Amino acid sequence: MVAVGSKCRTCRGPAIIDLPRHNANFCAEHFMELCRRQVTKAIDHFKMIARDDRILVAVSGGKDSLAVWDLLLDLGYQADGLYVGLGIGDYSETSEVYARSFAEQRGLRLIEVKLRDDYGYDIPTAARATRRPPCSACGMTKRHIFDKAALDGGYTVLVTGHNLDDEAAVLFGNTLRWDVEYLARQLPVLEARHGFPKKVKPLVRLTERETAAWCIVRGIDYLVDECPMAFGNKHLAYKSALNGIEEKSPGSKAAFYFNFIDNMAPLLAGRAVADGLELGECSNCGAPTTGNVCAFCHLVEMASAHAPVPVEMVMKKGRGKR
Amino acid sequence: MKVLLRNPSRELEIAGSHRVHALLAKLEMNRESHLVICNGTLVPGDAELLDDDVVEIRPVISGGA
Repeated sequence: MVAVGSKCRTCRGPAIIDLPRHNANFCAEHFMELCRRQVTKAIDHFKMIARDDRILVAVSGGKDSLAVWDLLLDLGYQADGLYVGLGIGDYSETSEVYARSFAEQRGLRLIEVKLRDDYGYDIPTAARATRRPPCSACGMTKRHIFDKAALDGGYTVLVTGHNLDDEAAVLFGNTLRWDVEYLARQLPVLEARHGFPKKVKPLVRLTERETAAWCIVRGIDYLVDECPMAFGNKHLAYKSALNGIEEKSPGSKAAFYFNFIDNMAPLLAGRAVADGLELGECSNCGAPTTGNVCAFCHLVEMASAHAPVPVEMVMKKGRGKR
Repeated sequence: MKVLLRNPSRELEIAGSHRVHALLAKLEMNRESHLVICNGTLVPGDAELLDDDVVEIRPVISGGA
């Protein structure tokens, strides 16, 4: 490699990354400084975390969750991790290794839940048994287990690794459908309410490219491979479309998301029907629900009674062609 | 140069030297969706990659919502 021409905006040393949305290049040290600043700004501006909070980080073994855990520790917070073994074949086995190894190397507490061992099913089987898209069965499962682990463990805030690309892609999908219900709830902080812990997304000011770069610069090993069941999903298509726009017009994703938060979200406050619903308790597990039995317990009942389904049976065709 | 691609993992041999951005364009890869690592080090878009370099083009997009 030949020495590069681009210089760090801060120190004029050789740059390791170009960030068109900031119209700047950065060396490793000042790139990390930028990441810390962005996360601190998100935490402070949205009142995400107080210094006396007990923090639980949902950890998948991928770049975002390990980056947010690392950044919180780096910024002086104490935080435990929660890993959910989803039973998605080799993908889950490898992701567990990364999550566990990150925690062990730093002497951190990692709570582990295994779907097959603890609930009698895995995500491929749940998708087949309930005829839900795999990402839907996975999302519902994780939300329930995250909530339960946070509340059972006495944690006051649950942290997820959702980044700017995640939020912009979800906003894009909700806007395409003008789904007011979801738009009204798309905030970087969801306050605690009966049966639900406070949930926060400290990475909303960092793109995926930046969280991946944070991991590389910090020497964090993470699972690079994509979930085999996510291949071809709409979320990836929305991200790809937004990155096409971003390449032509740097800063578009941030403008799209943060102008929504500043200008539209206040107009939608209180419009979410779900926020006004009277919730009872699931007769089986005690989780909040509008019915007698919660959706998660329905899923567990169906999935645990079904013969195990290998991940290959529910993967979308076309994997490997891109 | 040897170029490692991910998702799925595969390897390409590309002749000659290329700037990072030119290599991504040649492979029709979006700059915003990838990082480029040359001989183990993250490199910016104007870095020139040489014939004997080992280059990884790492996708950064993940699908969970």
